[in-house]
Amino acid sequence: MSDAKLLTPKTSIHTQSPRTKRRNAAETRFKVFGMIAISIGLLMLVALMGTILSKGIGAFQQSFITMEVELLEAKLDKKGNRNLSDIKKVTTFGYTPLIKNAFAKAVKDQGIETDLKTKDMAKMLSKSAAAQLRNVVIDNPQKIGQTIKFRFLANSRIDGYLKGRVSRESIANDKNVSVAQLDFADQLLKAGVLKKTFNIDFIIGADASDQRPEAAGIGVAMMGSLFMMLVVLGLSLPIGVAASIYLEEFAPKNWITDVIEVNISNLAAVPSIVFGILGLAVFINYMHLPQSAPLVGGLVLTLMTLPTIIISTRASLKSVPPSIRDAALGVGASKMQSVFHHVLPLAAPGILTGTIIGLGQALGETAPLLLIGMIGFIASNMPTTIGEGLLSPNSAMPAQIYEWAKRADPAFYERAWGGIIILLVFLVSMNTLAVILRRRFERRW
Amino acid sequence: MPLTWLVLILLTLVGLGFILGRRRALRSANGDARLLHSRPHFYGANVALSTLVPSLGVLVIWLLLQPVLIDRSVSHMIPPEMVPADTTLGLVMSDVRRVAEGLDVAVARGVMSERDSNTLRTELTDLRARLGEVGVALGQDVRPEVLSAAQSYRRLSHAGTMGMTLVVLAVAIAGFGFSLIQSRKEFRARNVVERGILSLLILAASLAILTTVGIVLSMLFETINFFGLHDWRDFFFGNTWAPNFRGESELSILPLLWGTIYISLIALFVAVPVGLFAAIYLSEYAGPKTRSFAKPLLEILAGIPTIVYGLFALLTVGPMLAGLFGQGGALGVSWMAGATSVLTAGLVMGIMLIPFVSSLSDDIINAVPQSMRDGSLGLGATQSETIRQVVLPAALPGIVGAVLLATSRAVGETMIVVMGAGAIAKFSANPFDSMTTITTRIVSQLTGDGDFSSPETLVAFALGLSLFVLTLGLNVLALYIVRTYREQYE
Repeated sequence: MSDAKLLTPKTSIHTQSPRTKRRNAAETRFKVFGMIAISIGLLMLVALMGTILSKGIGAFQQSFITMEVELLEAKLDKKGNRNLSDIKKVTTFGYTPLIKNAFAKAVKDQGIETDLKTKDMAKMLSKSAAAQLRNVVIDNPQKIGQTIKFRFLANSRIDGYLKGRVSRESIANDKNVSVAQLDFADQLLKAGVLKKTFNIDFIIGADASDQRPEAAGIGVAMMGSLFMMLVVLGLSLPIGVAASIYLEEFAPKNWITDVIEVNISNLAAVPSIVFGILGLAVFINYMHLPQSAPLVGGLVLTLMTLPTIIISTRASLKSVPPSIRDAALGVGASKMQSVFHHVLPLAAPGILTGTIIGLGQALGETAPLLLIGMIGFIASNMPTTIGEGLLSPNSAMPAQIYEWAKRADPAFYERAWGGIIILLVFLVSMNTLAVILRRRFERRW
Repeated sequence: MPLTWLVLILLTLVGLGFILGRRRALRSANGDARLLHSRPHFYGANVALSTLVPSLGVLVIWLLLQPVLIDRSVSHMIPPEMVPADTTLGLVMSDVRRVAEGLDVAVARGVMSERDSNTLRTELTDLRARLGEVGVALGQDVRPEVLSAAQSYRRLSHAGTMGMTLVVLAVAIAGFGFSLIQSRKEFRARNVVERGILSLLILAASLAILTTVGIVLSMLFETINFFGLHDWRDFFFGNTWAPNFRGESELSILPLLWGTIYISLIALFVAVPVGLFAAIYLSEYAGPKTRSFAKPLLEILAGIPTIVYGLFALLTVGPMLAGLFGQGGALGVSWMAGATSVLTAGLVMGIMLIPFVSSLSDDIINAVPQSMRDGSLGLGATQSETIRQVVLPAALPGIVGAVLLATSRAVGETMIVVMGAGAIAKFSANPFDSMTTITTRIVSQLTGDGDFSSPETLVAFALGLSLFVLTLGLNVLALYIVRTYREQYE
């Protein structure tokens, strides 16, 4: 019976031994670590998105001061003959008195009591206010002598005050704005002269000089990005598909093919800045293509996107079952016909998805664009023709964001965040399109 | 624009060729397609391809070579003693090009006749003023040798463009005629066309090699130039980075390499534990619901452009860290001088790398055979013991590969360090110091106004080549490790 005694468990199965407890605690700990890791990742995503939205949404609104401006004939057209070349001779300085008068009139009409001089009131407007007024007059000379309602951009400090970025405390050392001006802004706000509204010019407008953050827009850079993406799409899709077809369907198994394959997988991991150096050395220094041109940017991004497209295209060509090829060959198609008539159409959704994802990467890439000179200037000319769009200097969305971030003015930071919102909207819609395409057309064999 | 016209003419010829080739082949078979060797459209495609491909090839090669050849022959016209002491031949040549473009614009606007533009003399005309009228602003008065160089530049360009048009059209018409004559019913059009298409496919595939060769050569030449101007021992073994555009710069890669490695280490310190634990949780513990929700969300982090992370570092994380550790900060220590620091860039880069590490490790952990887990669990190990003692050791080589790939990404990352790391090159172990990296210096040396003959600019190419070699080495090593590991379980 001594054997039975040995078999008797020393501990009860109803209570845990210290060792089991330790092991179970370790198990729980391990699991919690995993959960913490996931939550850190998700938290970072939330923090990032929260920051972008909270800081960038302001860029889509802008403060405007709407006033009635009397276009005095005595100031703008002394001869009274509405001769355009004479009107053009009046510089923006000639328009400043009109703006001062408009402020004086607004103060009187609204019954605002203030000690602020009209000179300081006019400084509350954007530095481009007089130029905008002048452009309107030059476009419509018949309006001289009339009183028109005009919407002026408020300058970035006043705009920041309305958005809560600028406060009476924060402007203590700021010589661009005074407390009296903020008081006056409050009065204008109450009277409905100063208003914060949706700002379409941020989305479609051009960049502005670093003195006028309130007038800067991302529209021209968006066109630059668009032209770059056209180049990338037009070159990388055909070349990428052709290269993949060769490697996947025709290439003999030999060392040359191996070299090409290793090459492509390595190119996919080359830092993007290296492609920028290549672009600078080959396209600009050697071929003398114009600097800062979207064409050059597009070429560099094409080289960068090609490996991505080739890898995804090869994957979708590989997923077409060999029976399709065999059937085509069996009914007398040539190898080329079987590929182009059967395999390629069946792989098309996958190829398209990969291309869109590659384009998305190219759209957000910044580093190579810095080297080929798509920063450091004010992208203000909207291209009118395709040739101009490809060859004349332009910025691109990420480069424009970088440019704004460099200008070290909180008003430009707001625009940089706003630009990121637009960039992300593009990326999200491209990726959604890719997912939809994959869901709808992908075939499982 | 003559180039547009040339391309349009080519395309018309191609379309015409397709129709005529097809028709001629059909006619040779008396309209009965069954008598043809190939289907009729192959004959058309043959004519179209033999018209387009050779002529387009000539066009592209000509466009690539012409500027180089003209530049070379014109720069021979400018004697070295005519180049002012404070500039270089390259700058004089860009003056020449600018004057030539200005003359083109003036002729196009009708301000100047073609003959005038060729017979202009600087002694007789104030060219700067006349070009200013048509909106071409010149920085200084045009010197006579620059003007005559510009005039011959224009003459050569015109002759070149004219020659190009003629040659390309001749090639196109020759191809057109030859292949049209070939288009008879015995002609094996399909075989010819397919062979042609195959060679185009090969051409596309070899572009990948061409790119690599381009990368290496473009950087190699400039790097050799750089080492001609600057001692290579200082570059590799010096200890100071102090570019000075008046000469006597000390350009050593080591302080930059230290900054790069330090930032990458911090990034990996953030990304590897978080990414690895996330991958373990997702592949071993999470149910399908959590997995399908958390995995795509984490991968969004990988799809966000780096400029966004850069801005996040510059405007959010940097000021936040400065608020904690900086002077008058919340912790009462003043370790940090400004918002840019190694820690700022490293933390943000770590966030960027989390999904990279997690999705690679996820794949690798999933590749460990289920039988190994079952065996361990069957012996009574808890799940975490199974993971720590069976799954992870089995997946270790793959995870090392993933970490190496992440390192290569961190080393080559540009925007985050440009915006978050600062610009001071030094050896320091303090993570709150502002430091600089290889990629940051490449950007700053190449975005200035430096000309391409000073070591301060050329050093960027040497840095780029070092970066390329470094990341390539890491990638090859990582891929080798991952591949050997995968084969272990296949």
